Amino acid sequence: MISKWFRLIAAALAWLAAGAAGAQSRYNLPEPQSIIAREIYDLHTLIMWIIVVIFVVVFGAMTYAIVKHRKSVGHQAEQFHENTTVELVWTIIPFFILIGMAYPATRTIIAMKDTSSPELTIKATGYQWKWGYDYLQEGISFYSNLATPRDQIENRAPKGEHYLLEVDNPVVVPVGKKIRIIITANDVVHSWWVPALGVKQDAIPGFVRDVWFRADNPGTYRGQCAELCGKDHGFMPIVVEAVTPEKYAQWVAEQKKKMAAGAVDPAKQWTLDELKAHGEKVYAGNCVACHQATGMGIPGAFPALSGSKVVTGPKNGQINVVLNGVVKDGKPTAMVSFKHLPDADIAAVITYTRNSWANKTGEAITPAEVISLRK
Amino acid sequence: MDAAHAHNGHGHEAHGHHYTGIMRWITTTNHKDIGTLYLVFSLTMFFVGGLLAMGIRLELLQPGLQFWQPEFFNELTTMHGLIMVFGAIMPAFVGFANWQVPMMIGAPDMAFARMNNWSFWLLPPAATLLVVSFFVPGGATAAGWTLYTPLSTQMGPGMDLAIFALHIMGAASIMGSINIITTILNMRAPGMTLMKMPLFVWTWLITAYLLIAIMPVLAGAVTMILTDRHFGTNFFNAAGGGDPVLFQHVFWFFGHPEVYVMILPGFGIVSQVVPTFSRKPLFGYSSMVYATASIAILSFIVWAHHMFTVGMPAAAQLFFMYTTMLIAVPTGVKVFNWIATMWKGSLTFETPMLFACGFIFVFSMGGFTGLVLAIVPVDIQLQDTYYVVAHFHYVLVAGSLFSLFAGVYYWMPKWTGHMYDETLGKWHFWLSMIFFNVTFFPMHFAGLAGMPRRIPDYALQFADFNMISSLGAFGFGLSQLIFVYVVVQCIRSGAKAADKTWEGAEGLEWTLPSPPPYHTWETPPVVK
Repeated sequence: MISKWFRLIAAALAWLAAGAAGAQSRYNLPEPQSIIAREIYDLHTLIMWIIVVIFVVVFGAMTYAIVKHRKSVGHQAEQFHENTTVELVWTIIPFFILIGMAYPATRTIIAMKDTSSPELTIKATGYQWKWGYDYLQEGISFYSNLATPRDQIENRAPKGEHYLLEVDNPVVVPVGKKIRIIITANDVVHSWWVPALGVKQDAIPGFVRDVWFRADNPGTYRGQCAELCGKDHGFMPIVVEAVTPEKYAQWVAEQKKKMAAGAVDPAKQWTLDELKAHGEKVYAGNCVACHQATGMGIPGAFPALSGSKVVTGPKNGQINVVLNGVVKDGKPTAMVSFKHLPDADIAAVITYTRNSWANKTGEAITPAEVISLRK
Repeated sequence: MDAAHAHNGHGHEAHGHHYTGIMRWITTTNHKDIGTLYLVFSLTMFFVGGLLAMGIRLELLQPGLQFWQPEFFNELTTMHGLIMVFGAIMPAFVGFANWQVPMMIGAPDMAFARMNNWSFWLLPPAATLLVVSFFVPGGATAAGWTLYTPLSTQMGPGMDLAIFALHIMGAASIMGSINIITTILNMRAPGMTLMKMPLFVWTWLITAYLLIAIMPVLAGAVTMILTDRHFGTNFFNAAGGGDPVLFQHVFWFFGHPEVYVMILPGFGIVSQVVPTFSRKPLFGYSSMVYATASIAILSFIVWAHHMFTVGMPAAAQLFFMYTTMLIAVPTGVKVFNWIATMWKGSLTFETPMLFACGFIFVFSMGGFTGLVLAIVPVDIQLQDTYYVVAHFHYVLVAGSLFSLFAGVYYWMPKWTGHMYDETLGKWHFWLSMIFFNVTFFPMHFAGLAGMPRRIPDYALQFADFNMISSLGAFGFGLSQLIFVYVVVQCIRSGAKAADKTWEGAEGLEWTLPSPPPYHTWETPPVVK
């Protein structure tokens, strides 16, 4: 009987250990994919074992007292209540255990902070609620939005494998190269976090911070914004794709071609329908989170565009709002400036809002009108 | 009053009752009445905050958005935090201080009786502001209980109501603390030297100093948000030359001592309960006092461990890591002393002792995860994940709340003169203990696997853990109804409690009748 129990416990322990050692354990940190993430993983394991030992000793003693020193088993209370030696022992021993923990941690901290001589530098900017990336050497820039369809979030469609952890444009990096990420934010504090790479850094508006990683293996590494940044904090994931240097070079070339092709001919003459169609896409990428697909906004928090006096009023007023944001009492509001968008996008999205929902101005805004109001 | 004093010794109930009904409670300057008011208020707020927690767990029961929109979800997490910290836990401990400190040190009442009344009656308006903020345009503040800028600058008028509520509660806390310090330092019975005071009194003395030091800091921080929002200042606005991270530094300079404000009196309660039910004096009394003082002093130099991911220089990270790890030493000393008190005692496990043992066990678990989080590289992975949520609920729910329950079961027979229902008390403990762990233990795994906190919806890999947590939370919430039933029943009826309710109890309060007369220790006892 006892040996049967013993076998059962041994099997359970083996299963747990396998879970702890196996790839993508559900009970532990994700499988590390960079040297720093590996050091963090090992530090955590070391500390957990120290804690387990302390736990067993301390609560072993407490359990023994609870079982053996009960009144119901006839134990008489002794009256000792002081022992300086014991007090000194249990003050000094933990102190040395702590030094044992602090030493390896200190080494890792210093390694984490060394962002010198990177092979590739990427700037990541947190927006409410998406990430923007600029490859400073290559001149590639793009936004990275949540790609999970609204239908899945609102339970009208079955959820996909990478529900909430998928984006339209992932960050692509070469494996084995030291990547430095410069991190800032446009509006509120966000945090750029990819657990498998061991990187988390707050993105702070007005300040620039940097971190580094070197991906060991090709793969897709997923993370999320880790600092509360408003209503869609849970919906701005980070996806890093680590690829071979050859594939990376290919990707860079493609991106450059795409950017050249995507640049709109400034002399292009837009029709109202073209503007509306393009504007709907721009709206979906930039405006829908607050003003909603219905144009009704969220009462009390984000104003409706449908029937709005600004949107149905003089067009220069609306162009100014989109270009410069809304400032109230000298402070920026949630309506931030969108002047980083191309002229054609701004013209299109304004045209779209002026001709959608209850708004029927019939006006087309041209990119030239936007240019004329840029300061 | 002279006439009243002439009745000293037999007519206690006859004087002091100038009003009856509701006016008695509004005008009262009696420490026992005010203690009761604090406790009833905090229990009410505990259920308001608990209801918000149920709302949070309801949304997180399954992936996808089912019940709330994300902005309302953020309002729920924010207000759950603010209400539990400022409405439930802190006032509950002040309630204990009001009831117990004068009785334990042999003082007739608190030093400033009328200020005592005022510091309580500031709380209901402040709580009303918090609750009402749900109904103003834009809803309650959704910036998290930490109110980080610039997000809190973006909020609607609900944020202003929260700021005013914090101002009022801060003023109340400062007045309460001045009162407690003055009472303890000046009104002890002859012979009650500082090193003879019960440990509960010691922990409150130290806590009161912490409160006086930190509440003005919080008031300053939220005032700066207020002027940034409305009067054109730029303290935290980078575009105007300010610094958003400055707010985090100021907030956590308040915030870290604040978490000790919520645990030190709990240490005090446990240090009263454990010796009583071990029938043995507290082991290492003086080292317990020094440990408490050390924790309080260290709490002022560890604040930035809440912000290891803001991008501090390595030297700062190392400093705050080392100081944070140091806190484990005095905290460990306390746990070892409690266990040494139980060692070779004659233990019985009535409900207060069950909650005290439960406290030692789960609080230590929170202490262990605190040690894990102190290690900067590991913290970088775990900051702002569910691991942190698990950690601080282990120290705040299983720590502060369980110690409060231990204290209520321990002293309620003294306060009401009736025994509570021991069977139901034990049910309350075991259900709370089990459901607490079912709720919060899986959060460690969700956090390690990478689930950020404060999100209304999550990736599918976290679904199992969240469902377990939610079901546990509903169980935990329902279990607290037993507590209300036990308390109400104990006030209304129950067997007569002996003056010295517990066989092993020591201290001045147990020499008084149960329930104690309206005024006690008009003639101070002499402590040898």
